[in-house]
Amino acid sequence: MPLTLTLRESPEVPLETEGLAPDALASRGRAEIEELTVWHGNRRAKLADFFAVSGNGDEELRLEGDLRRVKFVGAGMTGGRLTVAGDAGMHTGAEMSGGELVVEGDVADFAGTAMRGGRLVVRGSAGHQLGGAHPGERAGMRGGEILVHGDAGEQVGAGLRRGLIAVAGRLGDAAGLRMLAGTIVALRGVGAAPGADMRRGTIVAMSEVALLPTFAFACSYRPPFLRLYLRHLRALGLPLTAEQIEGRYARWSGDGLELRRGEILVLEPGP
Amino acid sequence: MRLSDTEVVDTFAEGFPMWGARIVITAESPAWAHEAARSLTGFATSVIGCKCEAGIERELDPSDTPDGRPGASALLFANDREGLAKRLVERIGQSVLTCPTTACFNGLDGDETVDVGGQLRFFGDGYQASKVLDGRRYWRVPVMEGEFLVEERFAVAEGVAGGNIIILGRDVAAALRAAEAAAAAMRSVPGVVMPFPGGIARSGSKVGSRYSALIASTNESLCPTLRAQVPHTDVPPDVGSVFEIVIDGLTLEAVREAMARGLEAAAGAGASHVTAGNYGGNLGPFHIDLRGLVPGLRD
Repeated sequence: MPLTLTLRESPEVPLETEGLAPDALASRGRAEIEELTVWHGNRRAKLADFFAVSGNGDEELRLEGDLRRVKFVGAGMTGGRLTVAGDAGMHTGAEMSGGELVVEGDVADFAGTAMRGGRLVVRGSAGHQLGGAHPGERAGMRGGEILVHGDAGEQVGAGLRRGLIAVAGRLGDAAGLRMLAGTIVALRGVGAAPGADMRRGTIVAMSEVALLPTFAFACSYRPPFLRLYLRHLRALGLPLTAEQIEGRYARWSGDGLELRRGEILVLEPGP
Repeated sequence: MRLSDTEVVDTFAEGFPMWGARIVITAESPAWAHEAARSLTGFATSVIGCKCEAGIERELDPSDTPDGRPGASALLFANDREGLAKRLVERIGQSVLTCPTTACFNGLDGDETVDVGGQLRFFGDGYQASKVLDGRRYWRVPVMEGEFLVEERFAVAEGVAGGNIIILGRDVAAALRAAEAAAAAMRSVPGVVMPFPGGIARSGSKVGSRYSALIASTNESLCPTLRAQVPHTDVPPDVGSVFEIVIDGLTLEAVREAMARGLEAAAGAGASHVTAGNYGGNLGPFHIDLRGLVPGLRD
């Protein structure tokens, strides 16, 4: 049985749990884990005040209970596997650089902020600023992969510098806002103003999208690199069809207010 | 030794270390993938005159390629790592980048790599873009057709060159029939290529020449027309033609396996004799004995 932390009841105010990651707990005994500091609002507390600890500390960690008010789950993790059996709160997977974090429910805002590597998988939906930047920072996510099986909120991949964000459902407004590079794939709809102020990078939309007038049509083609990406995402469990993988995409270059070196690829209807 | 009706000389092939790479080419159709692979591996029969040796390893099903399109894999060998890197850049740049609908990927695992796509990207004249997926960087180079995709780094590994068998027959038709059968059998072995035309060389060479400008020249001891003229001949009286199949492989085991399959196929197709080329064992570290190569060999 993996090391399992079970939240006894949902806290009244958010609980901050920085360091709650499999690699950080791997070498610690149960007593040591129970003594770890968590912040309940502005009050310092012990982890054991909120969580029941069971199982053995190894490279796999499981979190159970209603974690919607638990922040920074898996933040900074560098390896191993962390499974959240339900929803997770804000800043889940922030600054993670390795390993795999799987959330079986939804994640709140700021998941994957400033992520550098590893893979964050969300079986449900994600909130706003997925893979985004810390306030005041220009660059957001710098590497790794985020896969969301549901929808995602506004400003997905804001300031994205490198890495891949794929969302099986809809993206909210301003996806890829000020993105610097990297790739965002949306299997369904994309909200308003995608790629606003983007410099480089790719946004892939599988349905019709309202583009800003600062994007210019280039051509319709089958981008060779996209086949690699979409096959990779299909292998990871996203529901991609052959039509999407092999289809033709309209290439729109933008943002014209910036370098116009970014692109939005929009899947065209079948032949 | 004998294998069926074929006399097998109790000797060995002498192989040398060479650096190799596997290039995977995909395209919209098998025909275009093959065309690019053929061009990539053209004029690459021998390092003596071509700076590298190369061949098509096999055709690839879409399920075996990185982008799910039909493809072909080729192996390219050169004397050293730096030379191999140069040949890869030259040949992928001239033969794959230019070929309609192709993309080009590293097909070898390994930590030792050379920069290929990172050099070819400059053809994009500043409009190139890169993508990193699963720890591998790819370059998107805009071209008139659309976009050329090439992986940045290609793995290189120390392989074995100079595996060979030499097939003798009553006349050209008989010897060539046996050599064709041998080359076809060798193509079923992964990790090897036979770099000469159709896998077969009619002009096996020896080291050196009476002319100082040449580092290799005809192997007169295996030339049937010189049998009565040279001080020493290896051509038996009933032999009228000789062919050599040279094998380059990523591993010694693969080269040995190719030699074994070739030997069996040549014997099955009526070769009168099979032997192998070596330099007395003084030059190459890999000695592949014909004795024990296939189970049916008997003294």
